[in-house]
Amino acid sequence: MTEIIRLRKGLDIKLLGTPAKELTQAGQAQAYGLCPDDFTGVTPKPVVKEQQTVKAGEALFIDKNHPEVKFVSPVSGEVVAVNRGARRKVLSIVVKPDAEQKYVEFGTKSVQSLSGEEIKSALLEAGLFAFFRQRPYDVIANPSDAPRGIFVSAFDSKPLAPDFEFVLQGNELDFQTGLSALAKIAPTTLGISATQTSETLTKAKNVDLYAFKGAHPAGNVGVQINNIKPVNKGETVWTIDPEAVIFIGRLFNKGITDMTRVIAVAGEEIAKPAYQKVILGAQIGSIVDGNLNRSEHIRIINGNVLTGVKASKEDFLGAFSNMISVIPEGDDVNEFMGWIAPRFGQYSVSRTFFSWLTGSKKYSIDARIKGGERHMIMSNEYDKVFPMDIFPEYLIKAIITGNIDKMEAYGIYEVAPEDFALCEFVDSSKLELQRIVREGLNNLRAEMA
Amino acid sequence: MSLRNYLDKIKPNFEEGGKLHAFRSLYEGFESFLYVPNTTSRNGVNIHDSFDSKRMMIMVVIALCPALLFGMYNVGYQNYAMAGLLDQATFWNKFWFGFLAVLPRLIVSYVVGLAIEFTVAQWKHEEIQEGYLVSGFIIPLIVPATCPLWILAIAVAFSVIFAKEIFGGTGMNFLNVALITRAFIFFAYPTVISGDTVWVVNHTICGLGANLDAVTAATPLGAAATGVCSGFSVMDEFLGFIPGSVGETSVIAIALGALLLLYTGIASWKTMFSVFAGGIIMALVFNTWGPEGNMAAAMPWYEHLCVGGFCFGAVFMATDPVTSARTECGKWIYGFLIGAMAIIIRVMNPGYPEGMMLAILLMNCFAPLIDYCVVQRNVNRRAKRIAK
Repeated sequence: MTEIIRLRKGLDIKLLGTPAKELTQAGQAQAYGLCPDDFTGVTPKPVVKEQQTVKAGEALFIDKNHPEVKFVSPVSGEVVAVNRGARRKVLSIVVKPDAEQKYVEFGTKSVQSLSGEEIKSALLEAGLFAFFRQRPYDVIANPSDAPRGIFVSAFDSKPLAPDFEFVLQGNELDFQTGLSALAKIAPTTLGISATQTSETLTKAKNVDLYAFKGAHPAGNVGVQINNIKPVNKGETVWTIDPEAVIFIGRLFNKGITDMTRVIAVAGEEIAKPAYQKVILGAQIGSIVDGNLNRSEHIRIINGNVLTGVKASKEDFLGAFSNMISVIPEGDDVNEFMGWIAPRFGQYSVSRTFFSWLTGSKKYSIDARIKGGERHMIMSNEYDKVFPMDIFPEYLIKAIITGNIDKMEAYGIYEVAPEDFALCEFVDSSKLELQRIVREGLNNLRAEMA
Repeated sequence: MSLRNYLDKIKPNFEEGGKLHAFRSLYEGFESFLYVPNTTSRNGVNIHDSFDSKRMMIMVVIALCPALLFGMYNVGYQNYAMAGLLDQATFWNKFWFGFLAVLPRLIVSYVVGLAIEFTVAQWKHEEIQEGYLVSGFIIPLIVPATCPLWILAIAVAFSVIFAKEIFGGTGMNFLNVALITRAFIFFAYPTVISGDTVWVVNHTICGLGANLDAVTAATPLGAAATGVCSGFSVMDEFLGFIPGSVGETSVIAIALGALLLLYTGIASWKTMFSVFAGGIIMALVFNTWGPEGNMAAAMPWYEHLCVGGFCFGAVFMATDPVTSARTECGKWIYGFLIGAMAIIIRVMNPGYPEGMMLAILLMNCFAPLIDYCVVQRNVNRRAKRIAK
């Protein structure tokens, strides 16, 4: 019997535009791009030049500090651009796909016969190691570390997020192979939702299984780790998205780096919210074109509404994005006397609005901040949506004041910016908590190096 | 949308280099007062809850309105009652008298306080923080209706600058701004806020009310401190027909505000509940073991809650999220100690018949320590985990 962990804190934001459980055909992307910024903590060094042809699975750039970590092309084709920004920072490397895809052959291998080290080097070679993130610091993992464990969350509880059971369909075998491979590297824990029924998940082999019940952020891997076995100072755990586990399974079962994934295309401004099968890095225009309700005053988000970033049609599906969300931008909305008007159509967790009375009604929420930034005024706002054994307010204050001892004492090693996304949503002081946490983690990492 | 267009048209004047740039904070304040800002998020979450600090502060102001309106009525009522003219005065006579007596104090409080806020916002290139909307509303409610305007103005300026702005503004202050205003008057000009001659307005206003000479009307607490019985029934004290600071007399009016604050969740029910619990328990302790002949010690617990600023402090000032304890466990301790301390000061120190103000300010100082202990438990647990 799987242990069920019940989380009482959290919030499921009732947002319009839930994706229907059907797979729609995506348009053919004209370009695929890999953005080094998606891989937090990496100093990219391009290893390809423009006009060079690459196969799927061939490195586009590597990490300067850990050259063995490769970031590989999702498709075969011609490198058409290495885009750089200020101070020659690499923004993206763009590949124009071949009509017929060619893959680097790594050869099929039986996971059972390989050691942990062999698996690690196979993943490094095929560019899939780049999908491991580590706690502390929520950065791309360091291959020379020996992690205490690897954690995978098999469900995403963020607003409008894809249902992993749907994504899993047809990939069951690869997923299990991937889990078995992870288990060879370090003890692996799979967190599933108590509502998931797929036997691939509920009867997953070679892993410790925990089931979670409760609202978002129950699906956040950091919350799961904190409730199973928190990260202590000096320890390292690795986390990896369940979609990347499928990539790993494919590598061993098929011998290629195949980064085809099923993503959700959702949100109020999407005409037909549903799922699409795409290859990682696809240009976003190819995913949303023809499916938008309007062309102006909308916000296309690379990822989900909480942790995703604002994007344009020319941007590329992020390496860690499992969805594209499109919501109204709201820059054309002028609400008169918002501080006193009843604002029936507005969603809020606060009872100064009426949305708490409307049960399961779904709301249109646009990208407005709807208030000015203030110092922290209300107490207990964050705690209500933060199911970890941490005082979020105090941790945030320690980060703002740059007090490293306090950050450590208050548990910064256990958190990632995404864990604060809900706090940021409910915050009446409108502080940019995810940015604050990211900067805190970066400073701490620089300090500890 | 013509108003919107007008705002957009004049906006350039207030921006950097515009001729009215010195009033940028004022423009922004009014613009965001009229329209919810439609700036959209640049990083971090793409969607935000509709709740913001403006709406929060306004809810508290709304919650304070019953106390203000009743307070105005009571100011008139006390004047007519002292003059023995109660049966001749209509409801509106009393209300307008009180309205005219209290309004200048409300205006002075807002004008002085907001002027400082606007100046600081302009100077620090920040948005105007709306915290003073609440403080400025509370201040006239916790002073006598006779408080001279110039003293009020000095006190407001002192507390806004030295209790709030030097710490960084709303959210960074550790002492309740409204209470510091009262404490400033209490210690700098004690004669206008204590004794038995300040609680009733003793002159006519615009032809309303009556001129009284040598009026003495002690608050029930002031009377108890000097060992006399005030002669008010508990029912009067509950309804609020007693002399006292403008907004603090009526339990019913305060209870209406409390309901709104608890319903919207803006005030913590834990703090509020534990203030009352602390007060009741300490009153019972004094009832049983109190010094002989001390009227305040013998006062039953329900009367302690009805008189003075106990209810007002418990509902509107102990629950101030900025100066109160911020951890949930801390709120129980913080509230309980406020309630208990208020009664102790009332009973043990006849010089300060009203203990609530000092109790809250004292616990404001201790709130960070309480929180520290609560958070430290979490820290120790984390440290122990490593040691294992």
